[in-house]
Amino acid sequence: MRRLINIQPGWLRWPLALLPFVLLALLYGIGATLRHAENPDDKVLPPLVAMVSAVERTALTPDKRTGEYVFWSDTGASLQRLAIGIGGAVAIALVFGLAIGLLPMVNALLAPLTTVLSMIPPMALLPILFIIFGLGELSKVVLIVVGVAPCLVRDLALAVGKLPREQIVKAQTLGASTWQVLLRIALPQALPRLIESLRLALGPAFLFLISAEAISAENGLGYRIFLVRRYLAMDVILPYVAWITLLAYLMDTALASISRRVFRWAHGAGHQG
Amino acid sequence: MSALSIRNVWMEYTGQIVLERINLEIESGAFVAIVGPSGCGKTTFLRLLLGQERPTRGSIMLDGAPMPDEPGPDRGVVFQRYSVFPHLTVLGNVLLGAELAAAPLLGRLFGAPRRRAIDAARALLAEVGLAESEQKYPAQLSGGMQQRLALAQALICKPRVLLLDEPFGALDPGIRSEIHTLMRRLWRERGVTIVMVTHDLREAFFLGTRVVVLDRLRNRPEERQRYGATITQNIEVHRRRTPDADLESGRDDPARMDPTRRDDPVRQN
Ligand SMILES: Nc1ncnc2c1ncn2[C@@H]1O[C@H](COP(=O)(O)OP(=O)(O)O)[C@@H](O)[C@H]1O
Ligand SMILES: [Mg+2]
Repeated sequence: MRRLINIQPGWLRWPLALLPFVLLALLYGIGATLRHAENPDDKVLPPLVAMVSAVERTALTPDKRTGEYVFWSDTGASLQRLAIGIGGAVAIALVFGLAIGLLPMVNALLAPLTTVLSMIPPMALLPILFIIFGLGELSKVVLIVVGVAPCLVRDLALAVGKLPREQIVKAQTLGASTWQVLLRIALPQALPRLIESLRLALGPAFLFLISAEAISAENGLGYRIFLVRRYLAMDVILPYVAWITLLAYLMDTALASISRRVFRWAHGAGHQG
Repeated sequence: MSALSIRNVWMEYTGQIVLERINLEIESGAFVAIVGPSGCGKTTFLRLLLGQERPTRGSIMLDGAPMPDEPGPDRGVVFQRYSVFPHLTVLGNVLLGAELAAAPLLGRLFGAPRRRAIDAARALLAEVGLAESEQKYPAQLSGGMQQRLALAQALICKPRVLLLDEPFGALDPGIRSEIHTLMRRLWRERGVTIVMVTHDLREAFFLGTRVVVLDRLRNRPEERQRYGATITQNIEVHRRRTPDADLESGRDDPARMDPTRRDDPVRQN
């Protein structure tokens, strides 16, 4: 009998990966059918057809009042907030992360502050953001920035700080100025790491997005979910949740593949040599 | 070519004297090998020459002027590890010095200047036997090839002094003797002053025009903190810098890989 740690899935990899999804769907189907048989008006576990028709209603038919396709305008609004928020966080991370990681004086000045700031629960700041920036777009975007940036900054600063001292000295013996060390040595080696930590930050970014939209918005994926909750419209909520999950998953996969393609050296280029 | 003058240098870390009373004159074009037991302060000495650290006492002069107190392009360096940049190709690593010098703002060259820099880099890569590997990343190179790359990268800046910290210490013996031959040839052709730390006495006497031994004169446990290492021997090896001198086979094909002298890629993390 071989040890469990040595048994590889081989051709079973895909079937194994699919199995839990199929099981979950099956379980849902059984539950929905049972509840439906008991009470035809059941709203908690809507059958698949109900969800399909809900998607048809929101994604494929224009809203009677506004003429908009609600599903897509929600998606557009949410993605726009997410993109601006994450973009802002990345910009902050690049500036401060690199400076804190590379420059001892900036490190002394800002590293403790960053650590403290990253401990503030961002949701606790949301009322303050609403007070300062109003209930409009800005406060939602700022919440994402505030929630995501501190971790990115710290992670990037740590990664840059871990560059071997030898590399920094070597660059100087090749004539590099501080700026050139930053641009040609620290930045390129920090980017793959930034993408890694961004992938991990996608979850929190969506969390802050949905939370902000739930509390105050006129559109957006989070807004819709919390709006239709009042009518127990699980047939809308479930497709929306699945859609949000799919979006996050696709972003994660895209980031991973960009990193593999652009930063080949950071992904074990040695194994092909 | 450049002369180094080290005058009564002491190096002290909090509570521990590492080096004391170091006096050494290094004539221009010399190849000085520094040997000594592990932990006696060889790397510390090299860091002083590099300007990475300042001596607690004493002075270091380069061609009669005080040594700048930070690393610069007049002093090249090759460490045992981490000497090349993992995110740049072989060619990119060698180009870097030229690009940094010519483009202060972007650190990159474009167009004709870039093509000229590439030609110079390729010539140097051919000289160290890496012509075929210019598109590879360092992680794809063997340990010996990485050190050849580090040498080429340092030499493209035409440093006045080249500092080497156990550069071949991690290499297999066969690979090491090939790279010794290369090292000797580069030193002869370029006339650079070299200071090399090594723990291999044969290497020191094979390459050096001068072998300097660093050691502690007092080494009892209770004396360790209070007494540093100093130069205990300074041996002149009579070898002139003549191109036709000893031992060269004439042919040097360092890229050849012999299965009995395998040198597997260094794992980088
Ligand atoms: N930055 C430092 N701070 C304190 N002690 C140091 C530092 N660098 C080196 N040392 C001490 O100096 C001594 C010599 O170290 P090193 O120069 O690396 O020796 P070697 O290269 O000869 O093996 C060691 O005892 C080490 O503990
Ligand atoms: Mg050492």
